[in-house]
Amino acid sequence: MRLNVNGTERQVDAPDDMPLLWVLRDVLGLTGTKFGCGMAQCGACTVHIEGQAVRSCVLPVSAVGTRMVTTIEGLSPDGSHPVQKAWADQDVVQCGYCQPGQIMSAAALLAQNPEPTDQEIDLAMAGNICRCGTYQRIREAVRSAASKRRAER
Amino acid sequence: MIAFTRRELLRKSLLSGAGLFVAFHVPRKAGAVPQPAGKPPPDPNAFVRVAPDESVTVLLAHSEMGQGIWTGLAMLIAEELDCDWSRIRVEHAPAAPVYAHPAFGMQMTGTAGAMARAMLVRAAAAQWKTDAKRLRTENGFVLRGDDRLSYGQLAVAAQAQTPPKTVKLKDRKSWKIIGKPTRRLDTPEKITGKAQFGMDVRMPDLRTALVARSPVFGGKVKSFDASKAKSVKGVEQVVQVPSGVAVIASNFWSAKLGRDALMIDWDPGPGANVDSAKLLESYRAQAKTKGTVAAQQGDAEEALSHSSKRVVAEYDVPYLAHATMEPLNCAVRLADGRCEIWTGTQFQTMDQMSAARIAGVAPENVSIHTQFLGGGFGRRATPTSDFVSEAVQVAKAAGVPVKTVWTREDDIRGGYYRPMFLHRIEVGLDDKGRPFAWKHTIVGQSILAGTPFEQLMVKNGVDNVSVEGVVDSPYLESVPARVVTLHSPRLEVPVLWWRSVGNTHTAFAMESMIDELAWAAGRDPLDYRSALLAEKPRHLRALKTAAEKAGWGKAAPKGRARGLAVHESFGSIIAEAAEVSVDDHKEIHVHRVTCAVDCGTAINPLGVEAQVQGAVAFGLSAVLQSEVTLKDGRVEQSNFHDYQVLRLPDMPEVAVHIIESDAKMGGIGEPATAPISAAVANAVYALTKQRLRSLPLRLA
Repeated sequence: MRLNVNGTERQVDAPDDMPLLWVLRDVLGLTGTKFGCGMAQCGACTVHIEGQAVRSCVLPVSAVGTRMVTTIEGLSPDGSHPVQKAWADQDVVQCGYCQPGQIMSAAALLAQNPEPTDQEIDLAMAGNICRCGTYQRIREAVRSAASKRRAER
Repeated sequence: MIAFTRRELLRKSLLSGAGLFVAFHVPRKAGAVPQPAGKPPPDPNAFVRVAPDESVTVLLAHSEMGQGIWTGLAMLIAEELDCDWSRIRVEHAPAAPVYAHPAFGMQMTGTAGAMARAMLVRAAAAQWKTDAKRLRTENGFVLRGDDRLSYGQLAVAAQAQTPPKTVKLKDRKSWKIIGKPTRRLDTPEKITGKAQFGMDVRMPDLRTALVARSPVFGGKVKSFDASKAKSVKGVEQVVQVPSGVAVIASNFWSAKLGRDALMIDWDPGPGANVDSAKLLESYRAQAKTKGTVAAQQGDAEEALSHSSKRVVAEYDVPYLAHATMEPLNCAVRLADGRCEIWTGTQFQTMDQMSAARIAGVAPENVSIHTQFLGGGFGRRATPTSDFVSEAVQVAKAAGVPVKTVWTREDDIRGGYYRPMFLHRIEVGLDDKGRPFAWKHTIVGQSILAGTPFEQLMVKNGVDNVSVEGVVDSPYLESVPARVVTLHSPRLEVPVLWWRSVGNTHTAFAMESMIDELAWAAGRDPLDYRSALLAEKPRHLRALKTAAEKAGWGKAAPKGRARGLAVHESFGSIIAEAAEVSVDDHKEIHVHRVTCAVDCGTAINPLGVEAQVQGAVAFGLSAVLQSEVTLKDGRVEQSNFHDYQVLRLPDMPEVAVHIIESDAKMGGIGEPATAPISAAVANAVYALTKQRLRSLPLRLA
């Protein structure tokens, strides 16, 4: 089948029921998207499909169709997406394993809702677990990415 | 690991034009792992390289699991080296020997930087034909008046200099980097998905294996039928290993479907009798009997018998999984008499020995390529090297390079838990309300029992890890009659250290009990603690700082109350004040946690703040949500839907106040986990007058 990942059309040889996560990681070698739970409970596998945050660990690859998939590798060429910049600025990461998923969730939120309230941030990020407990800086980073955008407009 | 002779080093250093290399040793810390006395100086396991292109690279074989060791060590090196911080990089140390001058016998990490600096200065002195003493260094340059040579220009010549026998470290007053809030060095790769964790290791011939393990701890495979598993597309082999049955496939998904299709008949063994609820009741009964004495002074029994006021309480905590975000995994290649391992481990030395034994090769023929760790919290430091040993077994049985991957279910049900513990404490108060008799009985599995460390570490039947935080409690020191005894039942459930180790339960028991005593004595919990800790200035300062910053003594916002706790572990003292509320569904909410931290020198305050916030979050999962229970020997939880952990909406605002301190440097990754349970429980009591003595906390 064909899959549009990070702006490139890719030929993929995978069974229909293989979750998108494993197609990305094991077939296409895009290991930035992480495996954490396999049942859409932790958000480590979050990618964008047509801009929407989706848990790729429970999405059969056959359900993607022609829609555009964006992974952490495709969010920006060099880590310069406003959310990535805010993450660096707030010194968010610790072990770093959950952060691609956190960043993808935050980027999808801000794309749809450029000025989220604290409650909307909490709600949008509730599906992403971080065991290192970087939540406080994640909150700060999402707020600061949002306010930077406001300032630039 | 890295083994080379001095002569070999010198030969290689002559061949090298790559710049200046200095090797050093940084001790690895893995829970309570002992360092045998009288050992020869350890082999170097870290390097600093000054290259002609002006870059300064610190190469570490150490596990970066989020604790910020890469950044912290680099700061220590950069401080003594006087280099330009913007040029500093950290990389995983290669497995092969490096051309390095060893900074042997030097105990402080900074000495490697100081030694490199001295050699650069000597190289400059040789070039300028002057005395090295007339030269100074600044921001990556050696200076003589207005003349200057950059470290890059001197790097190759410096490598040919004789290293100094000793170096002097800077006085703390002249520190420029240590103590300055500094952003992490591993951020760029971690925000772009480029950081390689063990899970991400890929090689053209590397297969993925999932292992079906016994649903009951200690169970064995009686027989199995792999025919359906083998018919799954992508499955290549099914092999039996000591821990179960491994399905080897070209990718994860095939291995998982293959494992799902396995039919296995298990012999569960005696582990099938474990029932955590019944176990807790048996602990309760045992706690009423005297165990092995861990600490004793005076006659506590006798003193209790004529106390006018007695307070008796039992506290219990459940089994807990670490639930690191990155499930366990380990890649192994066995070829040409060598064993190569790619994994995120906290315990390379033990893993190397275990792998060598299984692979049938000498330990020096085992190379461990440490990857980024997607969280450790103790789970990646097993004295039995469980997940590394198993991966070597699978690779050996399969005859191909294999990466074993654990699913989340495997992780939650895989054992190596923080042990379940019960504390029974009886305290007699004097007429001023101060404790004068203290009888404390602890029941729970020993972490070190049955491991290679038992002989060395379990003294007179007492595993110190089970009683740390009680036997060394500053409160107990001033109680004239006291006894602490321990029961260490042996069970099939494998147990392990978990962030802050024994302090996870001892701080809960001690700081809850002190709070109960304060209320029993009719005293404010802060005043009561302050009186008992009058001789402990560091504790007192931390406690008062946290209380003051939290607004202790002033009314809390409507519907909220505050609780306090202070605890020392890993050489650091942390006081925490939690502000909580309870909603209509009797759910406890923690809104603010104010922490005061005395960890000696805070190398990187920004990192200290992150570690304390993270440790509080990690602890709060256990305070509010997480528990592993067993019925008929089977773990009842399996994934994040039933083994719940803290999520972002429940994260309180954690304020971290670092106390300026010249005390010996303590740990910072673990200590803040310990006091949060009691701080929250004490706040819940202040709010509801319900004393909750079981974790996770649940209101009646």
